[in-house]
Amino acid sequence: MLSLSDQPLWFLVAMLVKILVVFVVVLLIVAYTTWVERKVIGHMQTRLGPMETGWHGLLQPIADGLKLFFKEDIIPSEASKVSFILAPMMILVPAFITVAVIPFGPDIVVGGYVIPMQITDLNVGMLYILAMAGLGVYGIVLAGWASNSKYSLLGGLRSSAQMVSYELAAGMAIVAVFMLSETLSLKGIVAAQMQEFPIAALSFLPNWYIFSQPLAFCLFVICGMAEINRTPFDLPEAETELVSGFCTEYSSMKYALFFMAEYANMVVIAAIAATLFLGGWDGPFPGVINILIKIFGFMFFFIWVRATVPRVRYDQLMYMGWKIFLPLALANIVITGAVVVFW
Amino acid sequence: MLKEFIKGLSITFKHLLPGHSTTVQYPKQRLQTAERFRGLHRLVPAHDREKCVACYLCPTVCPAKCITVESAENAKGEKYPRVYKIDLLRCIFCGYCVEACPVEAIEMTGTYELANFKRDDFTFTKERLLK
Repeated sequence: MLSLSDQPLWFLVAMLVKILVVFVVVLLIVAYTTWVERKVIGHMQTRLGPMETGWHGLLQPIADGLKLFFKEDIIPSEASKVSFILAPMMILVPAFITVAVIPFGPDIVVGGYVIPMQITDLNVGMLYILAMAGLGVYGIVLAGWASNSKYSLLGGLRSSAQMVSYELAAGMAIVAVFMLSETLSLKGIVAAQMQEFPIAALSFLPNWYIFSQPLAFCLFVICGMAEINRTPFDLPEAETELVSGFCTEYSSMKYALFFMAEYANMVVIAAIAATLFLGGWDGPFPGVINILIKIFGFMFFFIWVRATVPRVRYDQLMYMGWKIFLPLALANIVITGAVVVFW
Repeated sequence: MLKEFIKGLSITFKHLLPGHSTTVQYPKQRLQTAERFRGLHRLVPAHDREKCVACYLCPTVCPAKCITVESAENAKGEKYPRVYKIDLLRCIFCGYCVEACPVEAIEMTGTYELANFKRDDFTFTKERLLK
């Protein structure tokens, strides 16, 4: 592989611009998802949601951000200070760096140079995402442990158990996609979905893996929701019965970082689901718009589900993860393998 | 299970469509209270003074014991309440005082914004009740 210094200058500039744009866009989506979530849930519960700051509360995320910066930041007296400060970052950073391998559109050509609409194309892209997503668990355990609070410690352990069990099922669910596309690179997976549908009678359909792998798609979306702690699987914070679990002792901007991470993870899961199962940037509109529509669709679905279903119990959560989703995902792999080999 | 899930989703989606919100933007927009709503009390004035004849029926019937009346006689020999006080911190807005009053001197209004900063401000004297 070429080192970075061997690359021409325009490449480095394009790289930096891409990183900046993706980072800012993800941050903006994260900020405004909080607003959209409050609005949508508000209307679903026959109330209005935020209305005061700006038109229909449009400036609410900015006001919230300002408020959180000026709130008192409390660190418990016996807390492990370094870990306590490090933990929110350890959750936030993996959430953001996973975006690096997601392709947002087809390669664009500027003045004879080909610029891929993706920060970097790893040939083990999906493996990288799974590895980085796994790092978030460390942040949660660390936050619970560093708080010097029994509730937080137990909350952290519970949450890590939850995330690990769903990560397994989610990882197993998408193995079927790799078997069909024969690559781990997200760019390659998108390219594979742009080919003709394998069954001639259904060739009017795009070759999106949602059609050939509906079970894997459902499993991935459900497990993804559980992994990023979205309702109905928001047991880590379960504000009514657990008093915030692992982040009980957190306040001010540190607390907000956990929620930024949660929403950033939402974006990532939505983007991965769109890339793996809905053809990524493939679709009727120009590249980037397609994937944005798909991401927003998933985000809306997550919010919609939050407004609809009540939270599951912890034993139900574990039961579903280990005894339903994991076996289903494994069975799906076996069947997909048989089809791929014997077709 | 899936059927119920989809049913639930459709219900919440129906509520998302415009025209369902029932929020009242309170300080900007107020609902009309019902006519028989029991808010702040009012002493009914009659010509130059209050209608009240200081018969002590309202403090007697009051279950919260929040009404203080002291009677006196004016120059014409009519009884009138020299002191008439309602402690709103104790009042339960049951309206018994209104029912008990033989001369309809006390009534309940629709005023419901009764928050205040000091305990003293919740003592409604005769002058305040006549307003």
